[in-house]
Amino acid sequence: MFTILEKEPLAPTITKYVIKAPFIARKRKAGNFVIVRVVETGERIPLTIVEGDVERGTITLIVQAIGKTTRLMATKNAGEDLVDVLGPLGNPTPIENHGAVVCVGGGVGTAEMYPITKELKAIGNKVYSIIGGRSRELVVLEKEMREYSDQLFVTTDDGSYGRKGIVTDQLKDLLDTKAEIKAVYAIGPLPMMKAVANLTKTYGVKTYVSLNTIMVDGTGMCGGCRVTVNGEMKFACVDGPEFDAHKIDFDELIMRNRSYIDLERIANERFQEGVKA
Amino acid sequence: MSTQNTLKPSERMKIPRQVAAEQQPDARNRNFLEVSYGFDEERALTEAARCIECKNPVCIEGCPVSIDIPAFIQLIYQKDYVGAANKVREMNYLPAICGRVCPQETQCEVVCLLGKKHEPVAIGKLERFVADYEMKSNLFRTPEIQAKRGQKVAIVGSGPAGLTCAAELARLGYEATIFEALHETGGVLRYGIPEFRLPKGILDIEVERVRQLGVTIYRNFVIGRTATIDELFGEWGFEAIFLGTGAGTPNFMGIPGENMIGVYSANEFLTRVNLMKAYRFPEYDTPVKIGKQIAVIGGGNTAMDAVRTARRLGAEHAYLIYRRSRHEMPAREEEIHHAEEEGIEFLLLTNPTRIIGDENKHVKAIECQRMELGEPDESGRRKPVVIKGSEFIIELQTIIMAIGQKPNPIIQATTPGLGVSKRGTVVTDEKQQTSRPAIYAGGDLARGGATVILAMRDGKQASVAIHEYLQSKRETKQDKLFEEVTTNQTA
Repeated sequence: MFTILEKEPLAPTITKYVIKAPFIARKRKAGNFVIVRVVETGERIPLTIVEGDVERGTITLIVQAIGKTTRLMATKNAGEDLVDVLGPLGNPTPIENHGAVVCVGGGVGTAEMYPITKELKAIGNKVYSIIGGRSRELVVLEKEMREYSDQLFVTTDDGSYGRKGIVTDQLKDLLDTKAEIKAVYAIGPLPMMKAVANLTKTYGVKTYVSLNTIMVDGTGMCGGCRVTVNGEMKFACVDGPEFDAHKIDFDELIMRNRSYIDLERIANERFQEGVKA
Repeated sequence: MSTQNTLKPSERMKIPRQVAAEQQPDARNRNFLEVSYGFDEERALTEAARCIECKNPVCIEGCPVSIDIPAFIQLIYQKDYVGAANKVREMNYLPAICGRVCPQETQCEVVCLLGKKHEPVAIGKLERFVADYEMKSNLFRTPEIQAKRGQKVAIVGSGPAGLTCAAELARLGYEATIFEALHETGGVLRYGIPEFRLPKGILDIEVERVRQLGVTIYRNFVIGRTATIDELFGEWGFEAIFLGTGAGTPNFMGIPGENMIGVYSANEFLTRVNLMKAYRFPEYDTPVKIGKQIAVIGGGNTAMDAVRTARRLGAEHAYLIYRRSRHEMPAREEEIHHAEEEGIEFLLLTNPTRIIGDENKHVKAIECQRMELGEPDESGRRKPVVIKGSEFIIELQTIIMAIGQKPNPIIQATTPGLGVSKRGTVVTDEKQQTSRPAIYAGGDLARGGATVILAMRDGKQASVAIHEYLQSKRETKQDKLFEEVTTNQTA
């Protein structure tokens, strides 16, 4: 069993979980994910590992409750179990010393960006970080990201904190003024990653994004996570989840991720009724 | 209790082959309950009386795991059903599974001498009968296990190959540990084969019996990621490893439109329904989408499972598109027949060329072309050739690709020195030994896509080889110790 040892709210709908998973803790690297099933009747969902503690045998997940399963997970308290946690899955993020890099996190994607930022800094990169959210309360891990960044920028859509605007506004300024930047790493909602890719392409700066796709098994069996990269079919779970952002067919992926939108609504409404009852 | 069958061979031959009752096609294509009810006791006894007890029982040779078929059939005749089940289990630890999914018609039954002039003995249904009888009457007793040897063997994958290998090793006294990547055991028996062919309750019982032999099973543990093969040898202390991870990576055709919404691999579709129970959405959280018109591409057992499952999920027109003719289909005759009965529409000598979608990339049609059979190819089957200008369009909302699988690459990629073929299969010798010492492999991982029974055969073969290897290793160790002791004494 995979026991939740700690649970801490970071923002409205965003929760940090520290979970007992000793085998995974030992092997996880930045960029890896796990497949989680919350209850016996539950679905399998991929979640990026934020941190691992080998001594305690724990992994940390930071999850935004948006769908049925993530909302169900949010009802679980410290001391309770998740029925299944499988991992670490996917390829670790390619960590290289590029000289100077930008790490971009959008919303809860900042949590997924954090372990990568930490390692990019550790290997000797000069790190510029941009973290964004719709509003001040949805900007997470600012303190942690600041610790591993030479310079950190915050953007909010509504201007309630940091620069008013979106992460790509800040990224454009950086690319315009800092010629030393040789790589960009971005994680966030698909439209954000697409915008980052479109922007950096015009500057010819190498860009990595981590894709969150529909997945069942997470080990290369189902092909539900297939994505077109450089005109070829790839499986995000075993070939990724990180890919060269300039080669991804984002429009196709955005469509694919909407495959079950109607059924997701049914599941969500049913969950809502269950909560009320 | 009656003993020997006293009927003369000529009298036995006059008894017609017994047929098991089945759910009516119109009813069963709307539910997930098992299609065949199997033999009742009366039919089993009548069928058992048909065996002419050949001097040279070729059926045993036809069985990949060499079950003593005439012996277990005679035990049925003598009404010793538990004895019959135990007789089967001497060679095959999972009879309730084989009795359901084995292609007997191309193995033991095809060589049955009765089949020359009459119909062969229904060996498969008899195997299922004894296994089911034992389960229903709760008369199963865990067989004797040899004295513990204190040597640990890891088995990767809990499908038919892994379960069989683990069971055999445990019976020999080894400490067998299975590592399963999914949250449930059984591999393809769980995620691939539908409930209506192999009820999961039966699988659960068979797996539990493997556990009762002292086999440890770790679920949610993917070898190559959670721990590597070399870590299993190192810190985990395993002395031999069997790889039975199957062929889990789906193939796609490479035609335009395959990433549109509404196109599934058979693996994804069947996993959603079988493992994740999407047919019970929203009670279960995993969704699956099936249109009113659907097509499955392929002609194997997986294609039959997928198309029959889609029909049960409410498809009004469930097409099976296959590029050769019915005669060349690799699926079992029984499955093809059941599919036809259930209203599956076969589009034979037909090959898809592209998938057509709407503005939101939802599938709305498939374009196909007609084929004709040409000269035989490497497989000996007549090769399908395109009829030029024969393109036509079928409107549909769901397409399921069931054109084969290849092995999952995770273990090969994380195990240095493991010999892998161009097709991605792990190379083994006839004893299932890989290019690395103490590592054995079998089932679809080594074969690339075969049957449950061949996977079991490989698992069993590997258990024999592992036993030999570990015994000789032990003896060498003892010899060395003895040598050291005697050298010390003389010195």
